[in-house]
Amino acid sequence: MAEDKKVKGWRDVAIGGLVEPGTSEKYNTGSWRSYRPVWHADRCIHCLQCWAFCPDGSIVAKDEKFGGFDYYHCKGCGLCAKICPVKGEKAITMVLETEAAKAEKK
Amino acid sequence: MSTTVANQKASAGKVAAQEVLGLTGNEAAAEALKQVNPDVAAVFPITPQTELMHKFAEYVANGAVDTELINVESEHSAMSATVGASAAGARAVTATSANGLALMWEIVAIASSLRLPIVMPVVNRAISGPLNIHCDHSDTMGCRDLGWIQLYSEDSQEAYDNMIQAFRIAENKSVMLPVMVTFDGFIISHTMERVEIISDDKIVRNFVGEYQPENYLLNAQHPVTYGPLDLPDWLFEHKRQEIQGFLNAPEVIKQVGREYGEISGRSYDLLEKYRMDDAEVAVVALGSTAGTAKAAVEELRAEGVKAGLVKIRCFRPFPGKEICAALAKCKAVSVMDRCISFGLEGGPVFNEIRGAAYGAGLKVPMVSHIYGIGGRDINVTQIRGVFEELKKLASGGKIEAVESYVGLRE
Repeated sequence: MAEDKKVKGWRDVAIGGLVEPGTSEKYNTGSWRSYRPVWHADRCIHCLQCWAFCPDGSIVAKDEKFGGFDYYHCKGCGLCAKICPVKGEKAITMVLETEAAKAEKK
Repeated sequence: MSTTVANQKASAGKVAAQEVLGLTGNEAAAEALKQVNPDVAAVFPITPQTELMHKFAEYVANGAVDTELINVESEHSAMSATVGASAAGARAVTATSANGLALMWEIVAIASSLRLPIVMPVVNRAISGPLNIHCDHSDTMGCRDLGWIQLYSEDSQEAYDNMIQAFRIAENKSVMLPVMVTFDGFIISHTMERVEIISDDKIVRNFVGEYQPENYLLNAQHPVTYGPLDLPDWLFEHKRQEIQGFLNAPEVIKQVGREYGEISGRSYDLLEKYRMDDAEVAVVALGSTAGTAKAAVEELRAEGVKAGLVKIRCFRPFPGKEICAALAKCKAVSVMDRCISFGLEGGPVFNEIRGAAYGAGLKVPMVSHIYGIGGRDINVTQIRGVFEELKKLASGGKIEAVESYVGLRE
């Protein structure tokens, strides 16, 4: 992010390690991800169990339906894919991040 | 029984009326706390401090203050509760001695690193063991690097005066560091002395001012996080900020000492130079021993010996330059430590002054006298003995031992 480009010195920050709350929102934990969750619209029943179980609030719900992933924060833990109750092929599957990136380039 | 006396200086300026009371050091510190009326006090008993917070708890119970008194289950909890209260936005205090200070050690360092302006009287007592409840400085000297300002008191009067000034120093925005006010266990804490207190509590409260925290946990409009993880990418920067607090502190301590003089008639500096103008032999001391040393200096002066005393009031931040300047014309100096630094030649105060002397180009013969360990008495005759050694050094004698002991049975 732009504000991270210049690293701050000791004069530029609050004393005693004091920080504003909610700074984790600015932190790109999505960069930790090695597997990416991918959504399959045709199989999704919009039960929103993935939304309820996601430990990082990275499932976006829209009008009480599945609305996408917040890839900036999703760490790729796979809990959403695991919890998905759809029989057979699930509505969320985990894809190797490198493969997903390649697919995006194409 | 008390008598209200019109202070002689009152007519000259703004000096407030004083009341003369017979108070122990503990009572004097409790009286100061009563007048300041802090928001929170977390308390746990330990000899010889117990009486201080016992007395203050009485003020709480009688409604003389509206402090929230928290009875905790240990000193670790006492300091933790004080840190929590201070971070929440309260003016918070606690008090302890020796092993109590040792038990709160972890949180003592956290209080200073979070830059919480806590005030804590510490009644000096030997760190056990073997178990001892009497005075030496091993407790507060041991935590000299934990980031607290340390003010040492010579008597009950200074314990009272330092307590009041401590709040102004700690809460100054350019300082924001906790302050320890120390006084010698039993020798000061339990000895009744003549103490002048400012008669009107309001004058003390005005002097201290209302506490205005800048960032605090109970501020819903501007929430903050205290004490997050601070790894290699930031801790160094935060420690540098803490250093800045200490660099700013001396001027603040001196300014508060002058302003306190205006309302009380008793001004304070980082150190007190006693008969030092033409002194050839001098001792450096802190705490109650400074008073004993003054009596020795007076006797020697009456006999024509140019003796003097440098009393350190503010040990952290360490006024090395000021001490060296005061000793510049001396021919021999003894630094008297009521504390042992095991494995190091000379006591802690001695070593800091000798280190400062190197930077100041001061080449005076300097020795370390360790005394008073575990409450061992120190008297005028013994301090005169120290001056006798200094006289020999001043006339060209060689230093036989850098570290020696006063009052030790051989």
